[in-house]
Amino acid sequence: MPFAVVLILLVVGSILFHILSPWTFTELASNWAMVDFTVDITLWVTGVVFVAVNLFMAYCVIKFRHKKGARSTYEPENKKLETWLTGLTAVGVAAMLTPGLVVWDQFVSVPEEAHVVEAVGQQWHWTFRYPGKDGKLGEVDNERISSQNPFGIDPEDPNGQDDIVVYSPEAHIPLDRPVKFLLRSKDVLHDFAVAQFRVKMDLVPGMDTFLWLTPTKAGRFEILCEELCGIGHHTMRGAVIVDEQQDFDNWLARQSTFSEHMATPEGNAAIGAAQYGICAACHGQQGEGIVAMNAPKIAGMPDWYLKRQIKNYKRGLRGVHADDKFGQQMVGMVATLVDDTAIDNVTAHIATFPDKPPETTIDGDLAHGKKLYAVCAYCHGGDGMGNEALNAPRIAGMSDWYIARQLSNFKEGVRGAHPGDYYGFQMGLMGQSLHDEQAVNNIVAYINTL
Amino acid sequence: MSYVAIADRDHEQEHHDPQTFITKYIWSQDHKVIAVQYGITAIFVGLIALCLSAMMRLQLGFPDEFTFINPENYYQFITMHGMIMVIYLLTALFLGGFGNYLIPLMCGSRDMVFPYLNMLSYWVYLLSVIILIISFFVPGGSTGAGWTLYPPQAIMQGTPGIDLGIILMLVSLAVFIVAFTMGGLNYVTTVLQARCKGMTLMRMPLSVWGIFTATVLGLLAFPALLVSAIMMLLDKTLLTSFFMPAISSMGADPGYTGGSPILFQHLFWFFGHPEVYIVALPAFGIVSDLLSTHARKNIFGYRMMVWAIIAIGGLSFVVWAHHMYVSGMNPYFGFFFATTTLIIAVPTAIKVYNWRFGKAIFTCVSRCCFPSALFSRLFMAG
Repeated sequence: MPFAVVLILLVVGSILFHILSPWTFTELASNWAMVDFTVDITLWVTGVVFVAVNLFMAYCVIKFRHKKGARSTYEPENKKLETWLTGLTAVGVAAMLTPGLVVWDQFVSVPEEAHVVEAVGQQWHWTFRYPGKDGKLGEVDNERISSQNPFGIDPEDPNGQDDIVVYSPEAHIPLDRPVKFLLRSKDVLHDFAVAQFRVKMDLVPGMDTFLWLTPTKAGRFEILCEELCGIGHHTMRGAVIVDEQQDFDNWLARQSTFSEHMATPEGNAAIGAAQYGICAACHGQQGEGIVAMNAPKIAGMPDWYLKRQIKNYKRGLRGVHADDKFGQQMVGMVATLVDDTAIDNVTAHIATFPDKPPETTIDGDLAHGKKLYAVCAYCHGGDGMGNEALNAPRIAGMSDWYIARQLSNFKEGVRGAHPGDYYGFQMGLMGQSLHDEQAVNNIVAYINTL
Repeated sequence: MSYVAIADRDHEQEHHDPQTFITKYIWSQDHKVIAVQYGITAIFVGLIALCLSAMMRLQLGFPDEFTFINPENYYQFITMHGMIMVIYLLTALFLGGFGNYLIPLMCGSRDMVFPYLNMLSYWVYLLSVIILIISFFVPGGSTGAGWTLYPPQAIMQGTPGIDLGIILMLVSLAVFIVAFTMGGLNYVTTVLQARCKGMTLMRMPLSVWGIFTATVLGLLAFPALLVSAIMMLLDKTLLTSFFMPAISSMGADPGYTGGSPILFQHLFWFFGHPEVYIVALPAFGIVSDLLSTHARKNIFGYRMMVWAIIAIGGLSFVVWAHHMYVSGMNPYFGFFFATTTLIIAVPTAIKVYNWRFGKAIFTCVSRCCFPSALFSRLFMAG
């Protein structure tokens, strides 16, 4: 009898939970309402069977409970009953299958008017490419990828010259227009998944895959990689931003094309030298860094990293947190660099400085630091020299006190908290695995030995 | 002369009476001892996997609180937990353990038909477990590629344990499959050839039916895993490109060209989906027998149950790509595999109904019945 009561309570509890549950579908933002419908149908079919089978069992436990002298009947088979049950199950299964097949048919048939956006995955970033005015994407090849040409676009292919390349993990698409995402991977398997759109697909190196949808709501929707792609898998975030057509056109016009990107002029170090004067007050004449001024060494730091950080300060992505007082000072200083040309010039000048090792200021447990560094080495390299392909700056031979402070800042959310600081955000996620100040000191002490 | 079942030809039987402690308990050819050896080893590695899952939960419950769990370890725990549970615990326990113990006893044969091979099967299995455990202690640690070991990621930069870790994992899998094949041939041959007089196929206990069908599945499915393990080993060590297309890994070109990661997924799941039933069918069979024993009723619809087991076994070979709908395979495959996948739900549902009816008409509820009743409930809810 208690068994029957438990069964009945379980059924009642399940139904009540379903009705009162705080868990609901993520809000839908695409045309794929049909996907939700198939989930609902499955829930209804299995739910009805669940309730029926359990209540039947509770009924039997009560009805046929032990009674003195009662004997069971021998009935090894019952063809009619078995046939009926098989038939009913087949009907239930067909009810679940049919909408699934219909929606899959729609999913594999991309509407002809869909515009194309290429999403490229790599460990652990997203980038995007739009066909330019000619509406055609240029040929690509993973073997052609370099730091100058991160997409591996064929420079000889006329179709590729006007391709719009977006070196950030944020893609914009216009509202209410069907879009086909072409998916491509540079290295390992990834998966393009946006919960609000309901559809997802793997990125497979060596081949192109696709998915399509029509966005029905404006807003910013997070892209999650949903195929394990290595140690930084959880930091591989991006966003699809759905705009009104006008906003989308404006945004697209601001992006640079492949040929513009390849033609970017080198900075002029001589002009940069004059502008560097204001930097020298804190960072030193040779970019060697001055501890007393809280200014780190910048000589020997790759220019792509310096440029990005200067731009982050200028755009309000860095140095805006109330606790980041040195960062706030830097915001004021970078204002003197009026445009991208100025930034290119000054970083070209910094590149001419001799790379002398700074004084070390931090000691720690090297063995422990080495163990912790194993995770850092995935991006920053075993030698700590960084890797542009992974957006990981050099950390060996730089100011150790500065690295320690930045690690704490990342961990505390003082740096990398702004959603526009994509790579800082990633470092914030990785920095979480450092447990305390001692761990930070040990790891920095080990980096000093590299 | 009328036919005499092999098990009844007493004078022809070779007896494996144990002579000394060593031949009785260690180098034993007795199926019962081998079964216990299999069971103990499987449960031992299962306990390791249990600890790994506890570590995963510590990280999930208290993120970044514990100094002994970093992102590398976490992926290694996930990978090894999954691999151990599915292959080294469940497959070994149900087939090596229950299979060895129950098949001769329930079929009424003296022992397995190839006792020496049976012994060898256990020792090779133990070897595969030892190789697996060694992989925890090599430089770089065990592989952290996820239990599906998808290339390119399993052997490329960016994943923990891409040196000795993944190599030992693949070698261990290959050795395990050798062990399983030796055991599997034994179970199948014994069931088909060494039943006692009167034990027709349609009278065999459902436990034996489950184990027998699962073994047939294993013999057909494991070779797919074996070849994919060997091919990936070649990709890793000799830089062949079975599964490796041209890629740019962390800004460098590792030199592969032309391979297909999807090919590995097809091979893996051609093994991986039958593997689900390799593990489930013996459990289905055991549950059927436990329920009917403790309910003191015969199995309801025995013949239907047998055919359901066979149908599940057959269908389990044509549903594998339902693990790959969004893997980038040709999207039109989706229609076929969605359909077969739901068709396999029909025989599975029949089994559940029959457990219900078998149990429905209780004459008494035994306490022992509870775990298996719980199983059939949980399975149904799942």
